[in-house]
Amino acid sequence: MRRRIVLRGVVLVYVSLLVTVPVGSVFYRAFDRGVAAAWDAVTSPPGLHALWLTVIVAAIAVPLDAVFGVGVALIVSRHRFPGVFLLDALVDIPLALSPVVVGLSLVLVYGVTGWFGRTLAGWGIQVIFSLPGIVMACAAVALPYVVREVLPVLEEIGTDQEQAAATLGARPFTVFRRITLPSIRAGLAYGVTLTTARVLGEFGAVSIVSGNIEGRTQTLTLFIQDSINNLNPVGAYAGSVLLAVLAFCVLGILGTDPKKRRLSWRSTSATSPSSLGTLLPSMASASVSQQDR
Amino acid sequence: MARHLRSLGVRTLGAIALSACVAFASAAWAVVPSAGAAAGSISLVAYSTPKPAYAVLIQHFAATSEGHGVTFAQSFGPSGTEATAVVSGLHATVVNFSLEPDMAKLVKAGDVSPSWDKGRTKGIVTDSVVAFVVRKGNPKHVTKWSDLVKSGVGVITPNPFSSGSARWNLLAAYGAERALKKSGAQATAFLGKLLKNAVAQPSSASEALQTFLSGQGTVLLDYEDDALYAKRQGEPITVIVPAQTILIQNPIAVTTNATNPAAAKAFVSYLESPAGQSAWAKQGYRPVLPKVAARFHFPKPKNLFTVQSLGGWTKVVKSFFTPSTGSVAKIETSLGVSTAKS
Amino acid sequence: MAGPGLAVTYLSLLVLLPVVAVVAHAFGGGVASFWRAVTEPEGLAALELTVVCSLCVAAINSVAGLAIAWVLVRDSFFGKRALGAIIDLPFALPTVVAGLTLLSLYGPESPFGVNAADSRVGICVALGFVTLPFCVRSVQPVLAELDKETEEAAASLGARPAGVFRRVVLPSLAPAMLAGAGLAFARAVGEFGSVVLISGNLPFKTEVASSWIYSLSQSGQLPAAAAVSTVLIAIALVLLLAIGALRRHFEVAEAR
Repeated sequence: MRRRIVLRGVVLVYVSLLVTVPVGSVFYRAFDRGVAAAWDAVTSPPGLHALWLTVIVAAIAVPLDAVFGVGVALIVSRHRFPGVFLLDALVDIPLALSPVVVGLSLVLVYGVTGWFGRTLAGWGIQVIFSLPGIVMACAAVALPYVVREVLPVLEEIGTDQEQAAATLGARPFTVFRRITLPSIRAGLAYGVTLTTARVLGEFGAVSIVSGNIEGRTQTLTLFIQDSINNLNPVGAYAGSVLLAVLAFCVLGILGTDPKKRRLSWRSTSATSPSSLGTLLPSMASASVSQQDR
Repeated sequence: MARHLRSLGVRTLGAIALSACVAFASAAWAVVPSAGAAAGSISLVAYSTPKPAYAVLIQHFAATSEGHGVTFAQSFGPSGTEATAVVSGLHATVVNFSLEPDMAKLVKAGDVSPSWDKGRTKGIVTDSVVAFVVRKGNPKHVTKWSDLVKSGVGVITPNPFSSGSARWNLLAAYGAERALKKSGAQATAFLGKLLKNAVAQPSSASEALQTFLSGQGTVLLDYEDDALYAKRQGEPITVIVPAQTILIQNPIAVTTNATNPAAAKAFVSYLESPAGQSAWAKQGYRPVLPKVAARFHFPKPKNLFTVQSLGGWTKVVKSFFTPSTGSVAKIETSLGVSTAKS
Repeated sequence: MAGPGLAVTYLSLLVLLPVVAVVAHAFGGGVASFWRAVTEPEGLAALELTVVCSLCVAAINSVAGLAIAWVLVRDSFFGKRALGAIIDLPFALPTVVAGLTLLSLYGPESPFGVNAADSRVGICVALGFVTLPFCVRSVQPVLAELDKETEEAAASLGARPAGVFRRVVLPSLAPAMLAGAGLAFARAVGEFGSVVLISGNLPFKTEVASSWIYSLSQSGQLPAAAAVSTVLIAIALVLLLAIGALRRHFEVAEAR
């Protein structure tokens, strides 16, 4: 019991110093000159547009990353082709790339003078300095999170239930929808939360690919940077509070309590091959009773 | 359990549908060029310092007959980054940078005509000087360049390889020594002592200001106009113009592929007109028109020199700021090697 | 199945192609110029600083992440939900705001009286701030899915809590911890905005690799910037591959 309290205390102190106090300080400074000043700052036309643009970008980039993140995680955990370990490591690369480099590399490939830029321009599509470029930059930097959250869970739970369901005649998508998806929901939720927060807060890559055109391609983070540069701290911190609130909303929608998602009918660790024989009948009856409910 | 899964399925489908709609709407946006190509619109791309000034100037311009009904799309950022963006395809009608080499990038790429600097004001829209920014009241009594190399004095200047402002700062320091009749070698040695006293070399001028305002350092080297703006915003600082300093000249031009050249030229003419220059002066920028400058009381340094007197930008960049071989690069390396293990 | 193909295409368009563009640009001037760019003393100092700080932060936050995840999953007290919600916020904050805030809290005007500005400690604090969510959220779902029965069985067979933790829980969590540490390292190595203000960005002393890359790109040396980025990618890739191998080792051991 004492050990538990000590651990709790240490954790609370660490999190306070590293997270709570800095985040609290941002909130404090936002309302330093009163709620009205903060409200005015973010409801100015550039601020509102920046908010709307940021939400749009997140609404596109996050589902894309989530869907493909789960796909990549499934590939890495379920398939054993040579080089799968390389794919595994490649997924994390966007993190190691400095955001400036991510932005520059996207310009190198999709910019007007880039590899695909000329072709795209010929089709009338502008990627860089326009919305698609911003979405790509945000999706690229946040790509690893869903994979990294879902993959360990997929590896932990193993393929036994899926194989069992398949033997019972379920089609691949049904297996995915009813067996795999529920068990990765906790990891997927965390992954989507991290992805959303990252996309909302992305600055470096977006500053390069967006062109920072006020009222057109200026995201909330760029608006905040502009506010700091122009010695308008209230605008900067109020914008940050807005970002934090957005992130909170996503968290609220997805929920944070993992206990709710734990599947109670999983009786024993499913990764041991020797126990598969004894497990199958119980799993079969469990899944049948599941379908009945 | 099945109801749980059904609701999850519904939510997932809903999310996918929503994103599809949003994606479709924005795809429509993507096909249309993002920056204003509409008639009567100007795309202004400039370095970050004059953003508040432009807010005022654009309002004044809108009140004139040529400016009536002209809309603006504005992009501000580090001078070099903005220049590179224009070369990479950022739509721009009027460009205003903090130093001439950034304009040269655009001339090289064909975005600006080579005769941009042949006009009445030689392509320069505002002047400024390198100034010392100290704590309010100047408690450490920093007034001369020689004060900056004393022990215990912390200097903040941006990194000269990522910031144009830093280049102005270092050239001012070098030129100040030369103005005091020191030799080239002595002036370069002074630069070494100055950088040795640097407590921070942030990657941009605005970061340098933030670093100084956070309590670090004794003196910040900055554009006078940037410092004056900070002072107007209520920051507890004092701005000191040293007796020897460099004249900062900020270039402006209309691009070759401007979609609305008439409005753009009218805007630039306004900025260079007496009315426009007065407006600039009230924002802390030194006018380029002597008659207008006479009406405002900017401190007059005893010895004000220009980049031309130091050999011009091309020569200066080559001898000071070329990586590895430039004198500043060599100073940073030798400082680093001697202090890296400390 | 079309799924894997699509997923790999997405990965390629978004990651692989840009990375290839960077590497191609790095070697654009030949191997000699690549080597020159990479062995620049200031760049080497920046790389060393970055890798050392990132490794420290990954290690510390790995342990901290486990502790925090443990408290979030296995403990219950008033305010736990708030704790869980706040962990992700460092992410949502733009890096420049994070940098400014950390500078004001732990710099010269710190209300706590500490001054970590212009030092490696300051860099580590900033990196710790932005990488903590990874380490917590990597372990949390796995810990939540972990079956208590094995632990209870071991305890009923007479094992002490420390032994149960070391032999039953830790091996199950090791892959997730390693994944989190890998993410933390990769993010720390590329981090720019939040570090650059509190670090002071002094060449050879507190200039991180991403800031050096930024300087190179701003002074017109794009191939050199690409070259140093390539080195960073290579370092991160090597470490991630090693972590991946370690993870698989733990999984095989666990299955036995």
